[in-house]
Order: sequence, then C-alpha cells, then structure tokens
Amino acid sequence: MKSTLAMTCAAAALLAAGAAQAEISGGKVKIGLLTDMSGTYSDLAGPGAVEAAKMAIEDFGGKVAGVPIELVTADHQNKADIAANKAREWADAEGVDVFAELVTSSVALAVSEVGAQKNKISLISGAAASDLTNAACKPTTVHYTYNTRSMAVGTGAAVVKEGGDTWYFLTANYAFGEALERDVSKVVIANGGKVLGSSKHPFPASDFSSFILQAQASGAKVVGLANAGADTTNAIKAANEFGLTSSGQSVAGLLVFISDIHSLGLDVAKGLKLTTGFYWDRDDASRAWSKRFNERMKKMPTMVQAGVYSSVMHYLKAVEATKSDDTATVMKQMRDTPINDFFAQNGKIREDGRMVHDMLLVEVKKPSDSKGPWDYYKILRTIPGEEAYGTLADSTCPLVKK
Amino acid sequence: MMELIGISPQVLLGQLLLGLINGSLYAVLSLGLAIIFGLLNIVNFTHGAQYMLGAVAAWAGLKFLGLNYWWALILSPVVVGAIGVLIEKTMLKRLAHVDHLYGLLLTFGLALIFEGSLVHWLGVSGQPYPVPPELRGGVNLGFMFLPWYRGWVVVASLTVCLLTWFLIERTKIGAYLRAGTENPALLKAFGVNVPLLVSLAYGYGVALAAFSGVLAAPIFQVSPLMGSNLIIVVFAVVVIGGMGSITGSIFTGLMMGVIEGLTKVFWPEASATVIFVIMAIVLLVRPAGLFGRA
Amino acid sequence: MNRNVLIGLVAILLVAPFFLYPVFLMKVLCFALFACAFNLLLGYTGLLSFGHAAFFGASAYVTGHAAKEWGLPFELAVLTGALTAALLGAAVARLAIRRQGIYFAMVTLALAQMVYFFFLQARFTGGENGLQGVPRGYFLGVVDLNDNMALYYVVAAIFLAGYLGVARVVNSPFGQILKAVRENEPRAISLGYDTDRVKQTAFILSAGLAGLAGGVKAIVFQLASLTDAHWHQSGEVVLMTLLGGVGTLLGPVVGATVVVTLQNRLSEGALNAYVPVVLGAIFVVCVLAFRRGVVGEALAFLKRGKE
Repeated sequence: MKSTLAMTCAAAALLAAGAAQAEISGGKVKIGLLTDMSGTYSDLAGPGAVEAAKMAIEDFGGKVAGVPIELVTADHQNKADIAANKAREWADAEGVDVFAELVTSSVALAVSEVGAQKNKISLISGAAASDLTNAACKPTTVHYTYNTRSMAVGTGAAVVKEGGDTWYFLTANYAFGEALERDVSKVVIANGGKVLGSSKHPFPASDFSSFILQAQASGAKVVGLANAGADTTNAIKAANEFGLTSSGQSVAGLLVFISDIHSLGLDVAKGLKLTTGFYWDRDDASRAWSKRFNERMKKMPTMVQAGVYSSVMHYLKAVEATKSDDTATVMKQMRDTPINDFFAQNGKIREDGRMVHDMLLVEVKKPSDSKGPWDYYKILRTIPGEEAYGTLADSTCPLVKK
Repeated sequence: MMELIGISPQVLLGQLLLGLINGSLYAVLSLGLAIIFGLLNIVNFTHGAQYMLGAVAAWAGLKFLGLNYWWALILSPVVVGAIGVLIEKTMLKRLAHVDHLYGLLLTFGLALIFEGSLVHWLGVSGQPYPVPPELRGGVNLGFMFLPWYRGWVVVASLTVCLLTWFLIERTKIGAYLRAGTENPALLKAFGVNVPLLVSLAYGYGVALAAFSGVLAAPIFQVSPLMGSNLIIVVFAVVVIGGMGSITGSIFTGLMMGVIEGLTKVFWPEASATVIFVIMAIVLLVRPAGLFGRA
Repeated sequence: MNRNVLIGLVAILLVAPFFLYPVFLMKVLCFALFACAFNLLLGYTGLLSFGHAAFFGASAYVTGHAAKEWGLPFELAVLTGALTAALLGAAVARLAIRRQGIYFAMVTLALAQMVYFFFLQARFTGGENGLQGVPRGYFLGVVDLNDNMALYYVVAAIFLAGYLGVARVVNSPFGQILKAVRENEPRAISLGYDTDRVKQTAFILSAGLAGLAGGVKAIVFQLASLTDAHWHQSGEVVLMTLLGGVGTLLGPVVGATVVVTLQNRLSEGALNAYVPVVLGAIFVVCVLAFRRGVVGEALAFLKRGKE
C-alpha cells in the first residue's frame, strides 16, 4: 500500500515535472526588448533599458523554471511600423514570449495590438498614453511604470493645495500633450483652481520665449508644461531666462525625467515640482539597485529603466511560480501577485492592465542643498496608487466587467 | 484660438521683439546657406548639423579646455569652418559638375553621420551651456523683460551680417566671389585661384552656421539633434529671399522671425508651418524669391 | 534580357516567403513600389520631388481610416487611399510643375510639410499615437488576409502590377516624351508637346502609385503613423532610388530591398544604436563612388563587357 502510494506520488511528481518542462515553449523563455537606441528617447530608455533587462536576467540566474532566459533587443527608431514589424517577426518566427520597454505611445499601441493578436505579453514601461489601459486596453498588456494621468494628478493637486490655483498651460500640439493638459485641468478644477488658458506649441519647438511671454501675460500663478523631452528642458530654460520664476510665477513639469534634470542642471531646474514613479534615493533597496545600475551605465536610472527591470523580474517570477510560459497562465499569476520591490510599493496589476503603484511628488533641490552627483530631488509626498491612477471604475477599458 | 482683441499691445510688442531676436539667428544661418548656394550651387543640408557642431565645440571648449564663451565665439567657427573646408576639398569638389541633387544628398548623409555619432557622446537631452557672466540678468522694458543675452544675440548677429554684406559687396574678395558665381571660367582666366575661393566660401558659410550655434548654445540645450529640423526652415528662408541673394537672406531671416513670432500669438500650432506656406506662395508668385533676380 | 529579368523577379517573389519572414518581405515590396513610383518621376521625367512622403502617408491614413471606420473591404480601402494620393498629387503638381530644378524640389517639400501639419492636427489620424488597429480583412471577400502568406501573395501581385505598370509607361510613346522632357525641355516644347501637361500626368501617376504602396503598407502593419508622412521618409525614398540606380527599372527595387533590410538587420545587431550613421555613410559613399547605383553600375559593367 505504502509503496504504491509512494510510487504514485513519484509518478505524479515526474508527470508534473514533465508537464512543466513541456509547458515552456521552445525550451526557453525569450524576452524581446524594443526601444529607441539613438533618438529622442534614448536617454530616458534606450541603452539603459537594455542594461536593466540584462541585470534582471542575470539576477534571476539566467534560467527560469529550468530553461534558459534569452534577451533580444532592437532599435525601433521611434517608428511604429519598424516596431510592429519586429514584434511580429519575433512572435511568428523567433519564439519570443514577451515584449518589454516600448517607449513612445505610437510604438506601444502598435506592439500592444500585435501582442494581443499573437497572444504575447507586452510589458510597457516607456510609453505614457493612458489610452493603453483605457479604450485601447488588451488582455495581454501590462502598462507598468507610469501614464499621463499619474504624472499629472499628483503635481496638479499638490500645487493647487499650496495656493497655485490659477494655471496656464504650454502644451505640445499632439495627442499626448493634450491628454496631459486635459488630465491636469480636471484635477486643478476639482481642487478649486482655475485654468486661465493655454498655448499649443508645435512639436518639436525650439524657442519657447514667445510662449513664456504669453504665460507671463496671462497672470497665472502656475505655468504647467504639458510636453516632454527637449521641449520641456527648453521651456524651463526660457522660463528661467525671462524671469518667470523670479516674478512670482512657478513652473510645474507634467512629464519630467531625471535625465532631463541632469541635463538642465540644478541651477536652472531648482524649485520645479514634478511627479515620478521612481527615485533612486528613496530607500535602501532603491539605492542598492541604482548603485549597481550606476556602476554599469555611469548614470542613475530613470523610472523607465528601473521599471523595465522590475517588470521583467515580475514576469520571470510568474513564469517560475507557474512553471509555464503560457500567456494566460502567466498573466493571471502576475495579476494575482502584488509587487513590492525596490521600484514599486503596493503595486498591483489591474484587470485593465494598469500596474497601480505609489508615485512620488518631488521638488528639485537647490544647488546648495544637493549633497552630491544625482542628488536632485526632495520627496514631498507619496501619492497612493489609487489617487494617482484613479480607480478601476474610471477605466473605460472594455475588458473591465461593470 | 485667441481673439485679436484679447491681445494687449504690450504682448504684441514683446512678440515682435522676440521674433526679431529669432529672426537674427535665422539671418546668420540663411546667410551662410545663401553664400554656399550662390557659389557652389549646393544645397548644404549639413548646415543644421554644422550649427550644432558650433554649439558642441563651444561646450567642449569650456568643459575640456576651459575656454570661455568669448573664445568660443571666435574659435568654434574657425574650427568648424576648417572642417567645412576639409569636406569641400575631399568630397564636394568632386561633385562640381554633376546635378545639384547629388550635393544635396551628400550633405544630407553627412548630417546624419554627424548627428548620429554625437548622440552617444552627448546624449540626446544634451548638455547645458551657461550664459556668460557678463550677460546675465536683463532689463525691464515696460512691456517685457529682456534678458541681456537675447539683446546681445541680435547685436552680434546683425554685426556679423553687416560685415559679411560689406565683405561681399564692397571688397575685392567679394567681387571675386560674385564673379565666381556668375562665370567661374572667366574668373579663372584672369588668374584667380577659383578652387581656393570656392573652398573658402564654403568654409565661411559653415563658419557662419557654427557662429549662430555658439550664439544659440546658452539659450537652448547643446544637443546633437538641435539643428536637424532647423535646416528645412532655414532653407525655406533662403528660397523666400531668393537663392544666393545676400541681402535677401538677411532681410528674409529677420522677417520670417517676426512672422513666426506673430503666428505664435494668433495660431501657435501653425507657427512651424507658416514659413512653408509663405515659401509656397512666394515661389508661385515670384519664383526667383523676394530679392532674387529672375 | 528584360524577359529574363522579369521571370527571375517573379520566381523570387514566389519562393521568397518560404525562406524569409513574409511580413518583412511585404515591407520590402511596399517600399520597392514606393521607390518605383518615385523613380518614374526622378529617373524618367527628371523631377526631384522632396515631398513624396505626403502621398505615401496620405494614402496610408485614408486607407487605414476607410478600412477601420468605414468598414471598406481591403481592395476598396486601398483603392480609396491611392485615389486620394493621386488627387493630392494632381493638386501639388498644378503648383509645383511651374518651377524647375531645385525650386521644384523645394515647392514639393513645402507642400508636403503642410500636408504633414494637416495630419498632425486632424482628429482621425490619432496625431502622435498614429492610426492603430486597422483590420486586414478579406481579399475579394474570401481570402483571409490575417494569414501572412495569403496577404503576402496579394501584396506581391499588387507590387508586380505596379512594377509592370511603370515598365509599361516607361516603354510607351508617353515614356519617350517623358525622357524627351528630361533631356531637353525646350526642345520637347518646340516639337509641339505640352510639357506641363506631360509632367503633370507623370506626377499624378507617381503620386497614385506611391499612394498604392502607402495604402498596402497601412494594411500590412495595421497602422498608419506620422513617420509615413515625415520629410525624412521623403529623404529615404530618394536614398533607395539613388542606391539602386536612378532611371533603371530594377534599381529602386534593389535599393528599397537593401535599405529596408539594413534598417531591419541593423536594429538588432551590435550597431543598433548607429542606424542613422550607417544610412548617412551609405548616402556619402553612394554619391561619391557609384552615382549610377547598384543596378546602374551593373548595367554599365555588362555593357562594357559586351563591347
């Protein structure tokens, strides 16, 4: 009796092991990372994002559920068709299981679509569009690091509460700039503030003096920068140059990365309030990881790069736990497991694909307060995930059962 | 869109002045392009990249050699201009007898190379370049706050434009240059070293681009892609002024700056496109450009 | 000779998807068709358009919109796109052909920038996000185009039709007039040809074909984005044509194949951060060392061999 039981157990275990082996398609787990290696977004994502993914794989020991992990990367040159082509090719011909990073909205939307068709998971870190988990949501997509709403809400509410109740926007004239302006306007008005006007500037615009002058003339207490990258840095420089800040108006960055602050310098950026999904100097865990990243890249990680590591890690853990790389199984496991690591606190992936986690409201330090290289932010407040991303009831994603 | 009534005369005046400041940068850039086109018959698509190189050289000079802004203003155009001469001697010279198209394509390729290879050194977000201490701060004009540095940009640009105009229209070298544009063979017959003249003209045009790059460095981030979209705008300016026309490019540069500035008030989204609309209209009505000879 | 080239081309088209990834091949074919359309203008009429992306992009958007929002079937959607491009081409041509040489190039660039601005502003294009999720649909209502192989052969047929169309135009009496205009316009006028009309017709044909390519591309990738209409795209098609050989039938096809393959391969390799540098270097080498392009140089070599 005993022996039969033992034998059955052994057989079951063997079977289970065999089944687990068979569940990993192609005998390996393959991660396809698409990013911008040399264009506008290569500082905030790019080579640093590739390095972050490599670190995640190394930290996992190079193997998951007994099979090797492989990383393939490609430069999509900010062209959605190149990204979609690569993603399809990886899915169809090279057995890639998951797409990662995907900076810029047009790329993320296109690859998310391909992922849904080919039943592959998309872990989006670099793109901002809130649409990814609303109208364009997909059962296979996780929007991991941030979105326009979460960046806007914290900054908007905090600034209004401090008395900055009249706003003027400098808005990049494209979908993403408009989304930022819309989201912040809602928050400003909800908190009792007023929006006095906005200038829609062409994208990319190099000279912001004219728009700064209009913002000055509006008399608004706060000038919100609903743009990104070079536009934001140039606008901040112009605001500084034309004495906007010294005349009592303040500037709020609605989508600013630490790489932007680094390139501006504290002298120009000081006093800027912004929201971020990650700051390297938040706690011991984030410091430890960022220090390792810094040794490899000679710079501190942006939230996008940290998000790539965290999302890849979360994915690999789910594969390890389920011994499977089946999309539905892994997605379920990823949704069921809360995320608490150096990157995210109280993180959870919702039905609509949104990874909700706490955000940080920060202020850029004065040069005299900065203790060393990359000591840029003073953390003002932790914004709870639900406040930053809204509740599931706000989501217009058709996958959410209501 | 805003109503006309909603805009105070103060704002309008401020916008006009800002337009003039931007226009003066356009003027230096388009002047360089016009000289190159006039003499070499080449649309220098590397112009935007050479403007960027000027800014990068200033930044590198400050960072690695400790050369201040005023040194950069002199040295950076010389260095970048010398690179220009080298490009002319080794590559453009060989295209003298083929269609314009090839010069355009070659310089387009060079621009891609310059911009692409610097991305990894500087990063796309670029590097900050401080305003020189002598020009910090500004003055309140009543209708707007004018930073001293922006005022300096206008003065420096217009001075360089005037000097160039004088050099070309009133000196012997200028006379050779103009003659070279009209009839290089005849000029050669008079014993003038035409190839040398052409190289120098290209170098000078490039140096002007680099000069405006140094002027722009403290205003914008010094980044590898800072000139990539500028080239087609500046080119449009040259076409509107009349290809190869020196005075035309200076005046049109200023004018386009002002028009662009006004568009930023009335229909800001269109401010990047308005120059092309004007260019299309001018080409249809007056194909030789506003100041060109038909 | 030409017959053999054609048979070779058809054979390659037929077997290629068994060796290479079909979606990649479709991309090559779309750009090859685009370059052929461009070459009809530059190579055979002597007009350098620096704004051809406007037609490519316009058709991509219209095709995408027609298929997604109006629910038009594949054929009609692509046709609508191509017709839109041809109409746009007619409008641009009316303005542009009055100018010559570098001015012609700049007018087309200026008008293309305006078209770009329109797409950036218009609601239906999705702005920076692009027009996403275009359905592939069915060919003639029966063949499911979600199957890559099926779509490939449809695209290959469209490409071949376009290529043969260009070849037919070039070798027709009309093509002879085009070449006459290219070589010596005053002479063509003195022979009694209405050269403006000839140029305009060539421009519309070229824009329509470019539109066909753009429309098909929108269906293949199920998206249309601003890069399709950006002036860099106009520059890229010049590069393809130049690299392959201006004024040769096969040149643009070869050029497009090389450029698209490079973009695709480079993006994954060790050089993946240097794609613009490599493309730029090709431009430079091409202009300095072999201006006739790959096919042009090959033809010249064969000719020398015969003599």
